[in-house]
Amino acid sequence: MAQAQTTHATTEAPGGAHEDIGFPPFETETYGGQLLWLAITFVALYTLLSRLVLPRLGGIIENRRAMIANDLDDAAAMKSRAEEAGTAYEKALAEAKGRAQALAQETRAKLAAESDARRKALEADLNQRLAESDATITTKKAEAMSHVDAIARDTASAIIERLTGKAPAPQAVEAALKQIKA
Amino acid sequence: MASPIEQFQIKPIIPVINFTNSSLFMIGAAAVIVGGLLYATRKRAVVPGRAQSVAEVLHDFVANTLVDATGKEGMKFFPLVFSLFMFVLTANLLGMIPGFFTVTSHIIVTFALALLVIGTVVTYGFMKHGTHFLGLFVPSGVPAWLLPFIVVIELISFLSRPISLSLRLFANMLAGHIALKVFAGFVVSLLAAGGALTILAPLPLLMAVALMALEFLVAALQAYVFTVLTCIYLNDALHPGH
Repeated sequence: MAQAQTTHATTEAPGGAHEDIGFPPFETETYGGQLLWLAITFVALYTLLSRLVLPRLGGIIENRRAMIANDLDDAAAMKSRAEEAGTAYEKALAEAKGRAQALAQETRAKLAAESDARRKALEADLNQRLAESDATITTKKAEAMSHVDAIARDTASAIIERLTGKAPAPQAVEAALKQIKA
Repeated sequence: MASPIEQFQIKPIIPVINFTNSSLFMIGAAAVIVGGLLYATRKRAVVPGRAQSVAEVLHDFVANTLVDATGKEGMKFFPLVFSLFMFVLTANLLGMIPGFFTVTSHIIVTFALALLVIGTVVTYGFMKHGTHFLGLFVPSGVPAWLLPFIVVIELISFLSRPISLSLRLFANMLAGHIALKVFAGFVVSLLAAGGALTILAPLPLLMAVALMALEFLVAALQAYVFTVLTCIYLNDALHPGH
């Protein structure tokens, strides 16, 4: 106290009509007022914070936490759905591939069978025609061979007629030809 | 030039109801806290703006400190701890503004706050645990012949808590403000002295600037220390077994 007074005395501007300052925190006569106003202020502060401010602030934080958790759940659900769709797609793709393969196989088999059948038909046709032509050739040959006798006869007759001047008897020519052929 | 302790003087404003500069700054601190937090949270935005971020950081900071010290059940004291932290922090920081009164530089204020904490601890401890709360003073696993001494020591340490809690805050705020005022006073004295001494005036000014930064740190740190100790003491009320 004494020290404070001397400091006060030496540093106070002249003419300053300040009352003597002790050490304010230890001036007990101010305690009552400070305690009274501290109590009023702190009770008011506590009430306002606990009733109004903190529920609001906590609500905002809790709200955000719930929202983030919600969004994460949604994202997880969407991810699983996307994965499901992916597997479904893959399955469909595999199925389609299988079906396409089967279809290709079937078509190939069908086409092969068709072309086989066509080839067989063609072959049969050709064989038939071959046989027909063979038969024609044989008949034609036989026919031609049958004509050979007549031609030989006529030729022989003609030659003899030229040589001898008169036509030979057909029976004689026939007989001569038979003899030659034999 | 006034004395370095003049800044702590209680000056009446409305004497009839004992309303002083101290009362004014208490109400100012409370108004800054409530007004600031309400303003910060006015949009209730999911994506917070700057002000709302600060409010949320303060909220989470105090909540984490409390839960770390006392566990989940300590959250019932959250409004009290948050009010104490915000009041001390705001009072300390308001006091850093030149010309402003520092509410927490008065021992009666810090002591009242400390008594509020200890009173809460004792009241809740007895309400919740009854006489079992006294087990706080009887650590388990101590030999019987040592028990009386231990109990006395525990009792003294418990009773000294409000004193150390209030003195720490009070002394820090008081000493810091006195040091600031003394160094600021040197600047004026040196300037007034004239001659070679005037040239030296910037030195205490630099010191005052450095002290100012330190005092901001102390203001926030002491509010935090007060809060952490409050949480630790509340933990004793919640879990009295050693």
